[in-house]
Amino acid sequence: MTATETLHTTPLDALHRELGARMVAFAGYSMPLHYPAGIMAEHLHCRAAAALFDVSHMGQAELLGEGAAAALEALTPADVQGLKPGRQRYGLLLNEQGGILDDFMFANLGDRLFLVVNAARKHLDFPLIESVLPAGVRLRPLPGRALLAIQGPGVAALIPSGLSFMGIAPMTIAGIEVIASRSGYTGEDGYEISVPVEQATALAKALLAMPGVMPAGLGARDSLRLEAGLCLYGNDIDETTNPVEAALTWSIGKRRRMEWNFRGAEAVREALDKGPARLRVGIRPEGRQPARAHTEIRAGGAKIGEVTSGGFGPSVNGPVAMGYVQRAHAADGTPLDLVVRGKALPARVAPLPFHPHRYAR
Amino acid sequence: MSALKFTKDHEWLRLEGDVAVVGITDHAQNALGDVVFVDLPEPGREVEAGEAVAVVESVKAASDVYAPIAGKVVEVNAALAEEPGRINSDPTGAGWFFKIAPSGPLPDDLMDADAYAAFLETLA
Repeated sequence: MTATETLHTTPLDALHRELGARMVAFAGYSMPLHYPAGIMAEHLHCRAAAALFDVSHMGQAELLGEGAAAALEALTPADVQGLKPGRQRYGLLLNEQGGILDDFMFANLGDRLFLVVNAARKHLDFPLIESVLPAGVRLRPLPGRALLAIQGPGVAALIPSGLSFMGIAPMTIAGIEVIASRSGYTGEDGYEISVPVEQATALAKALLAMPGVMPAGLGARDSLRLEAGLCLYGNDIDETTNPVEAALTWSIGKRRRMEWNFRGAEAVREALDKGPARLRVGIRPEGRQPARAHTEIRAGGAKIGEVTSGGFGPSVNGPVAMGYVQRAHAADGTPLDLVVRGKALPARVAPLPFHPHRYAR
Repeated sequence: MSALKFTKDHEWLRLEGDVAVVGITDHAQNALGDVVFVDLPEPGREVEAGEAVAVVESVKAASDVYAPIAGKVVEVNAALAEEPGRINSDPTGAGWFFKIAPSGPLPDDLMDADAYAAFLETLA
């Protein structure tokens, strides 16, 4: 049996092939890397108009029952109980050491919580969440739902709604009942749309038929999120990074910082009190040569960190990267050397995002 | 101008007098996608056949380019620094990478266009 035979496919698999996608394996799924237009064109089109992404590989679930929000707070420092109906928030799942097990979105749908977790982590996240649930609270994975993201400045006119950034609601798009959140992973305005598997292809076709919408693959998704300064789990954050050094302290709820009753709270509190030894920062290499993940970062000849995501930013029109550096070297403008194929490539610490966010506030 | 010869690493070479011009094939540029940067060898460098001598960076990834023959690098395509997109738009013309003065006869495992097309079929 070859590797491709063991891959999962999304409900849009046939459509991807029909559209001429180049398919690659990602997190156990066969996913479109790009379509015939190519990563550069898909990226730039998303920034200029609208792009449609299949993100059905991600894990969707509902958390139901009295006390669901309080139960989830055992595993995340985010404020889940304070989230109002119709709103969504970004959160982290932590281990006992304060390391990040996953990053995820949670939303208050009134009678239940709606969760979206990473594809490569869902087999760990769901059992973990279930393990802390009290009687009467239940996790219901939603393998029967696909997830599409439509992103770009043109989306608001194509799909009008009363939602502001991080708002979520059931709605009807092209005659199909969906749950849509005003959010995404590109730095642009847009929606992530949860839809029953049976209607996923019809919805995707209806969205692609809207004026100015182009399909985009994982390649553009990665360069867009990197320019937007957003973390990729497994690259920029993992079980060895804590929320403070990952510069994700903002995702810790204010109330949670008084209670310290989440898993890993001791370690997070210590990192906050002492200040982290290293920090995730943006990095701009000089010239046009990209520095990829795992590139060594030096200052004055000594290793001070490592690139965790790096590539070429089509909208920045230059190389961009993120990585961890010792705190003394984390200020904006600090000169660094990136060791690319044995040669020192000059770079500077740069503010994130590289490309301004344009959310619907 | 002589006909293009091809390698299994998806490079092409063309003899111009005593010098071999080297680049990557249309198949290779298509697989790489939009090229954003090329790291070219220093002129004067002696290279072995199969040695990684250049790197081509697309939006997504970096890939090595190998010397198809042994010899000395005598010239590189400096225009690629400003316009790496030439590798996508004209891979066997304006998108050439470097020129090598061969240190011996051309190896006999180089493919002609038909043989390379047949080789690509085996990869599909």
